[in-house]
Amino acid sequence: MALIDLSKREVHCKIVYYGPGRCGKTTNLLYIYNSMNSNAKGKMLTIETKGDRTLFFDLLPLNLGKIKGFDIRIQLYTVPGQAIYEATRKLVLKGVDGLVFVADSLRVRRAKNIESLQDLKKNLLEYNLDIENLPIVLQYNKRDLESSPIPTLSLEEMEEDLNKELGAQAFQAAATKGLGVFETLKYISKKTVRYVATKHLVKPQ
Amino acid sequence: MADLILTGPALEQTRTQINESLVQAGVHTVLLIDHAGNVVASCGENRKDLDMTSLAALAAANFGATSQMAKLIGEDDFSLLFHKGKKDSIHFAKVGQEMILITIFGDEVSLGLVRLRVAELTSNIEKIFGLGN
Repeated sequence: MALIDLSKREVHCKIVYYGPGRCGKTTNLLYIYNSMNSNAKGKMLTIETKGDRTLFFDLLPLNLGKIKGFDIRIQLYTVPGQAIYEATRKLVLKGVDGLVFVADSLRVRRAKNIESLQDLKKNLLEYNLDIENLPIVLQYNKRDLESSPIPTLSLEEMEEDLNKELGAQAFQAAATKGLGVFETLKYISKKTVRYVATKHLVKPQ
Repeated sequence: MADLILTGPALEQTRTQINESLVQAGVHTVLLIDHAGNVVASCGENRKDLDMTSLAALAAANFGATSQMAKLIGEDDFSLLFHKGKKDSIHFAKVGQEMILITIFGDEVSLGLVRLRVAELTSNIEKIFGLGN
């Protein structure tokens, strides 16, 4: 649910990073947080948890500058990936305007990726949202492991598993090194802002 | 959940209402947020140390979490929440189905007064934004 403040001329959008546990959603946010200019970013909020899992969510507010006189503010959220935290994931999805689905390239995580995408579709439906209509981008993370001895999934396999029906834009990434992180963010922010703007601010031609 | 569009006059009216009822009663800060965690309006002391974005996101999540708890015990919702601190306390109330009113107040203001004023205020804000239950 975007918030459009006509008196301050601000548009607030919510982008959620979704994906199975340990796929690198928080790593994406941390990389963005560490590389952005302090004028453009707010405080990153991470709810304290034991270990390095996200228990509730992480939040990073960003200021993307002006479009047609409106300040564009984006809030990036992550969800807890582990299957048992389903209720929490659903809460964070409330009011989502754009989605990044982060998939894990490790072969052992193949089933988890598929399961998480199904879970996303199901949770969106509970808010009467259809994954096909929302701005979404896929990120195949941990591509840097391809050259290591750890078995990884090929891009074709990942496309076949996750993107066959969706046909969304997909980026390769190695979030710990920052590869693909900003490409993903740029693409989804543009798409989300356009989606919100065409709904409310710009009359379609 | 529909997108929320705020117009200048509606916001101005809301701020006036909040100032007249809660801020004049002596509370520190009042935030009106939506369930996605966006700040709609803020009134009262301008505390630079208060990270409103994080507070709004956590409050929305907190509200969501407690309403799930409510469902588990067979309730629809808890319409208000209250957290008591040593010096400052925080009170949350639902405004329509879309918004939450957060009131932060010190121990010099009684909880009863806050509850009374919040109850009046929420129905006024619902009218301004045309939110019904």
